[in-house]
Amino acid sequence: MSKTAALTLKDLSCTFHVQGGLFQPARHVRAVDRISFTLEEGGVLGIVGESGCGKTTLARMILGLQNPTSGEAFVHGQRLSELDRRARARLIQPVFQDPFSSLNPKHRIKDIVALPLRAQGRFEPQEIERRTAAILERVGLSTEQGRRLPAELSGGQRQRVAIARALILEPRIVVCDEPTSALDVSVQAQILNLLGELRRDLKLTYVFISHNLAVVEHVASEVMVMYLGRMVERNTTASLFKQPRHPYTQALLASVLTPEPGLGLPDVGLGDTMPDPSNIPSGCRFHPRCLKAQPQCATITPSPSTPSDRAMVECHLF
Amino acid sequence: MSPILEVKNLAVRFGPTLAVRNASFTVQKGETHCIVGESGCGKSVTALAIMNLLARNGQRDAKAIQFSGQDILAYSDRQMEDVRGNRMAMIFQEPMTSLNPSYTVGSQMTEVLRRHHNTTRDKAEQRAIALMQRVGITAPQMRLGQYPHQLSGGLRQRVMIAMALMCDPELLIADEPTTALDVTVQAQILRLLAELKQELGLGILLITHDLGIVARVADHVSVMYAGEVIESGRTADLFANPTHPYTRGLIDCVPVPGKIKPGEALGSIPGTVPVIKDGFSGCAFRFRCAHASEVCTQAAPRREIGPDHVVHCHLPRQGADQ
Repeated sequence: MSKTAALTLKDLSCTFHVQGGLFQPARHVRAVDRISFTLEEGGVLGIVGESGCGKTTLARMILGLQNPTSGEAFVHGQRLSELDRRARARLIQPVFQDPFSSLNPKHRIKDIVALPLRAQGRFEPQEIERRTAAILERVGLSTEQGRRLPAELSGGQRQRVAIARALILEPRIVVCDEPTSALDVSVQAQILNLLGELRRDLKLTYVFISHNLAVVEHVASEVMVMYLGRMVERNTTASLFKQPRHPYTQALLASVLTPEPGLGLPDVGLGDTMPDPSNIPSGCRFHPRCLKAQPQCATITPSPSTPSDRAMVECHLF
Repeated sequence: MSPILEVKNLAVRFGPTLAVRNASFTVQKGETHCIVGESGCGKSVTALAIMNLLARNGQRDAKAIQFSGQDILAYSDRQMEDVRGNRMAMIFQEPMTSLNPSYTVGSQMTEVLRRHHNTTRDKAEQRAIALMQRVGITAPQMRLGQYPHQLSGGLRQRVMIAMALMCDPELLIADEPTTALDVTVQAQILRLLAELKQELGLGILLITHDLGIVARVADHVSVMYAGEVIESGRTADLFANPTHPYTRGLIDCVPVPGKIKPGEALGSIPGTVPVIKDGFSGCAFRFRCAHASEVCTQAAPRREIGPDHVVHCHLPRQGADQ
């Protein structure tokens, strides 16, 4: 327990107000609902869940791009809401999903990468140039590629640029939101390997969002499963994959298609009604899709239980 | 089994760029044939070429494209229009962009049947409702009056599938049908396609980059690289004995829970797919291949390494060695 906490979330919530149509009342969408979590320095937190479960909103709050409605996030012991933009940028940086839209198409690669340094406003031009060249080399891009425009690079190379830009300020935490889902498998493997090397060499902490559980299993040390804004299960990666407790986690794991012929297609059994974040079911929010639902699940909200030190599950079965 | 689609020596060029080169494969009735490869390998262009939907600057050339015993290569545009959406249906990757946002689901679904079979609106609507029920859409009557933006991604893809089935096609071409969907929905949609294949004896040409999907749904696989089919075979054979270094590399790239120890690197293929221009010769994978040698500058020979299992490589490697 000697490790220090890199990231602490305390009852973090975010509610959006959606304007209704002409004849519809305004609605409240609780995108993230009272999430608490502690991530140790050097750890990788994998966040998984279907689209609309609030994982990107959670990431935006961790990055300080979205103000929480209630609750607090602490980065290395400092209250995130009390840090100014520059200080926050030195601690925590993002890598986004789509390298085709997250890089300014009119800027040269080396300028894109150097921008966070320039924005800090306290580095000499030579220092900026030296650091840019070093970080480009570190992520496997040549000086010549640094002079190009984003359109002249492939998807994998662009994601390397996004990683270089995130790392140039030597942050402590990197939030990766689906960093490889727009890439081919062969390129995805290159990027995942690069992220792994950088984490070890630079002692980084990652928050890693993905809908691909096989990828999460490969990179994460701990996994958080989100469903309609709630954290429904949390555990160390090894334990979660060995013993998924929540029926939703079980369904997610069952739906991973591994390249093993002869196994056929899994019957996930989640039904075809997709959850609606603006109309969260009563009781356990997963009960309409749950195969193991009991009468109480529709009325009583389950409270979190901790089957072991590192594990949390929110389900009436536990 | 009889072939529903036989593509022989298909080539597609866009100006000097060769997008597909000498691709041959067969889709049997009641069978799923997967084309797998990285982006830019020509898999989508192959599908478009079969349907004669290439962009204006695309030129296609082939020995034959036999559909249900007839060579559709020579078909006029008018003849092709009667085939497309009727006997040969398609599902595209992004169900949002392939549905027209300003028409209701019902009018788009019934249009196919009314256009091809001159059916009355009532009859077409009945068929649409029946098919929507078949593909697992609840409250189909209500859905008919809705617009695409009112449906979830999974629901839209189900609508696309139901629409593709309106005219009882013999062949379904699905280009990355589940890439935009959640994993949970992906499994449901693929199960649905597998059931329909069984029930209706459909031939399915499924285009994907995901080897997990290939392993679970395909009967036959063609691996494409830089416009060529570099290895093909029955799914079980291909995964049991992947022979082309590219096929092996692709399989090693896929993260599988429990396969790799924490901290260990995934297998990866360095570099990217090259663009093939006029005058290119030799094996296109040699620039990224760990086993490349002098001989690889010559065209790779076609070798049969098992029943139905064909590889294009100078180095036939045995399943046992590494």
